[in-house]
Amino acid sequence: MSKHHLGEFEEVVLLTVAILHDEAYGVAIINEMEKRLDRKVSIGSLQTVLRRLEKKGHLSSKFGEATKIRGGKRKRYFALTSYGRRILEVTKEQRLALWKAIPNMDFKNGYA
Amino acid sequence: MPKKTQHRPPKWALSFFRWYCQPDYLEDLEGDLRERFAKRTAEQGIKYAKRNFTLDVFLLFRPGLIRSFPMRINIFNHAMFKNNIKIAWRGMLKHRGKALINIGGLALGMSVALIIGLWINEELSHDGYFTQKDRIAQIYRSSTRNGSIDISAFIPLPLERTLRENYENQFKYLVMSSWTMQRFLKYNETDIPRQGNFMQSAAPKLLNLKIVKGELDGLREINSIMLNESTSLALFGDEEPIGKVIKVDAKYDMMVTAVYEDIPFNTSFKDLTFVMPWKHYESNNAWVQGNLDNWSANSFQLFAQLADKVTIHNATNVVENTIKNVNQDFAEFDTKIFMFPMTDWYLRSNFEDGQQVGGRIKNVWLFGVIGIFVLFLACINFMNLSTAQSEKRAREVGIRKSIGSQRSQLIQQFLGESFLVTLFAFIIAVVVVLLSLNAFNHIAEKQIEFPWVDIRFWVSSLTFILLTTFISGSYPSLYLSSFKPVKVLKGTFKAGRYAVLPRKVLVVVQFTVSVSFIIGTVIVMQQINHAQNRPLGYNEKGLVQIPTFSRDFIGKTDLMRTEFINTGAVVDMATSSAPTTDIWSVQSGFDWDGKPEGFQESIAWTAVSPEYAKTLQMDIIEGRDFSRDRASDSLGVLINEAAVKYMGLKNPIGQLIRDSNLDDPTPPLKIIGVVKDMVAQSPYQSVLQGMYVFDRYGIINYYYLRLNPNQSASNSLAAIERVFTKHFPTIPFQYQFVDEEYGRKFAAEKQIGVLIGVFAILAIIISCLGLFGLTSFVAEQRTKEIGIRKVLGATVFSMWNMLSKDFLKLVAISCLIAVPISYFIMNDWLMAYQYRTVLKWWIFVLAVLGAFLLTLLTVSYQALRAARLNPEKSLRTE
Repeated sequence: MSKHHLGEFEEVVLLTVAILHDEAYGVAIINEMEKRLDRKVSIGSLQTVLRRLEKKGHLSSKFGEATKIRGGKRKRYFALTSYGRRILEVTKEQRLALWKAIPNMDFKNGYA
Repeated sequence: MPKKTQHRPPKWALSFFRWYCQPDYLEDLEGDLRERFAKRTAEQGIKYAKRNFTLDVFLLFRPGLIRSFPMRINIFNHAMFKNNIKIAWRGMLKHRGKALINIGGLALGMSVALIIGLWINEELSHDGYFTQKDRIAQIYRSSTRNGSIDISAFIPLPLERTLRENYENQFKYLVMSSWTMQRFLKYNETDIPRQGNFMQSAAPKLLNLKIVKGELDGLREINSIMLNESTSLALFGDEEPIGKVIKVDAKYDMMVTAVYEDIPFNTSFKDLTFVMPWKHYESNNAWVQGNLDNWSANSFQLFAQLADKVTIHNATNVVENTIKNVNQDFAEFDTKIFMFPMTDWYLRSNFEDGQQVGGRIKNVWLFGVIGIFVLFLACINFMNLSTAQSEKRAREVGIRKSIGSQRSQLIQQFLGESFLVTLFAFIIAVVVVLLSLNAFNHIAEKQIEFPWVDIRFWVSSLTFILLTTFISGSYPSLYLSSFKPVKVLKGTFKAGRYAVLPRKVLVVVQFTVSVSFIIGTVIVMQQINHAQNRPLGYNEKGLVQIPTFSRDFIGKTDLMRTEFINTGAVVDMATSSAPTTDIWSVQSGFDWDGKPEGFQESIAWTAVSPEYAKTLQMDIIEGRDFSRDRASDSLGVLINEAAVKYMGLKNPIGQLIRDSNLDDPTPPLKIIGVVKDMVAQSPYQSVLQGMYVFDRYGIINYYYLRLNPNQSASNSLAAIERVFTKHFPTIPFQYQFVDEEYGRKFAAEKQIGVLIGVFAILAIIISCLGLFGLTSFVAEQRTKEIGIRKVLGATVFSMWNMLSKDFLKLVAISCLIAVPISYFIMNDWLMAYQYRTVLKWWIFVLAVLGAFLLTLLTVSYQALRAARLNPEKSLRTE
């Protein structure tokens, strides 16, 4: 059992943070995820996961600029740590290995 | 430049968020929230944004994001918890007597509350077996006579066809039905009586019968029959029932098409053990066929399941005037029909002048209130004993506090103790309920089982335990924990007057309830007795009735009468169109001299053979009885006293009554005699105006046999049966004793009387238990005082007097409150009965005396013990 295990939601969040690169803060992450994955993301679950990933060392965060629309509150930008990046890659490798292990990759003919 | 209004997120949600949020995350999360709010306001409007802001705040309220709350006390301190339980347990062992009173009283109260709870649940879930319960209705008819509205479940036959033709869209199913009747079902050698109905073919679908074997649509063929499981089992045993032919009433061959699951006891169709097709009923009963187009013969039932989306109310509005519209004759009586929903059949089936006025639901309320009161009485005991003991425990509290106990910890401790007691009491209560459920079922005519696997039951039990814990433990725990340690430990603490007062008030409440219960029970019993002793107007003892519904009986009356009398077992025999214990026909269309203009009369009508009055031993107060020797008596009629008054007759004998119901109304009926009012319907209502006409038509539904008083009833019945089976070999011999039939009318009231009596006794026991505990406490507390008084020359009597007086005073106050309250309530209750007892003053005196006597007995035991104690002993202890 790999200790690098990621939950599905965790993985998606990490990937989204990676996509957004320098622009990954709470609202942006939600919008991006909802747009790309066409699914509702609750602010509560997202924020819990972000803080958890930060605690585990997959993400780092720093305060950004404050805007008027935010009531003068600063944004918190998240970024992948190198550890987080590695975990994502390991996860991807594992998935691919699994895909390759499927005996007949030809879905159209092999599966009903 | 227009000023741009700045929308703000809901204030309280924001402060809630700021309160709980982890401080490190607060800034950026609040920023996110505000940003989303601003965006939503712009895109979807302020309302939507505000709602979603609040939602977001709640979504963020989860571990990981909320701050850690420093707990001042650790509620789940294991060691402390164990210690508390240990102390509570030791306390109970030390004061065994009081613990017993506490737990015993509470267990008793809880048993009553549990049983009542189970009973109420059973009542409220009546007919719950039918999944479409709220879509099913029976069609009722209302008509107005002389300004008062009658409600009836009897409807005329053509109504069904009319509703089907004109208002099909209102109903999913319409089912015509006969009344539930007994039939003999025979297969091979097995011949068993069973109850059931004749119903139209949609009946199984309307009732959603659960088919075990065969088909749901089993009533298509005219000679088909559907049986319930137990009937099928009784007839066929292990054999396959479907397709078998059984003989019904030794006459008709019916083929079993389906077997359905037994309909549970707790339903309005519990007696439906078979269903046969309506068509069969129609084609084999000439009188039914004769009524196909008769709007005046109200002898049938009609059930409906509403079409989807149609409400009971709407359907009623649509079909209301059907009868009037089709037949103008009914406009005069403003005859209407309405949907009576199944949800009301059982609990709210009483009508008064056309208005629904409740029914059994009143009993549900009554017993609910009783249950709460009894439980409350038990809780009062607990409160009183705990606070009474408080002075003893004051030191414990003082020490605990000075060591550093916080008030909340003490509250917790005392609540814990009361929880322990309640839990014990609950376990005992469950055992008591299990043991007494059978007896209760017997009295209440229920089949309640203990709901071991019902989650709802356990959840409500837990709530119930916690609630009881809280009610009974709140006062002691709040009170005890408020002691000031300095005062308590210095020894100057004395629970002052204010501490005793609530205790006194609670005792007064207890005895007020108990005394009211006693008075209520006595009055209910009195009313039942009063009705039971009501003169019936005939001699119901030694009278036997034989139902003669079959056509085979026609023309055999005289023969049977002679045969019966010849056996010597029977003194006389008469026939009647209706049982003596009911009225089957109430008619109008009569005319007589002096009848007021526009008077819409309705008179109970019974056709009898000439020996009727003689056989029943009715009192003839004016005129004479029928005589076989006078040919003119075939147009004679006996009327009752009520009818004399109702018709306003000065000299009733010889008066003529014209009956327009007859085909040939020319020869009018002549009143030949007036009989004493005969109680046929409810013994609590006044007797309906009635007439007994000479049976020229052969409407013979019952034989009445006056047994020979010089012979034993069993011998007489054997002789009667021999004669009966000789003449009617195919008809099973059935009979009823009239006094037993009449006695059934008291079943419901008696049941309630017995139950209230039992609960009243329990309430009194619980109150006395509490009083007993309190006295023992007071006696203990005043041991020294008594010792000193005795040394100074007080007698045992004066000591006993001193101790009892306080409690007697409280009981006296309770009586002062209870008497007027119960007087008003019971007076109101009695007003519902037309034939009622008067409230006698001695009932109240008796109840008060009883309460005093009980108090004295309870108090004296402890008081005398304390008073007789040797002062040397009591003064030496320290």
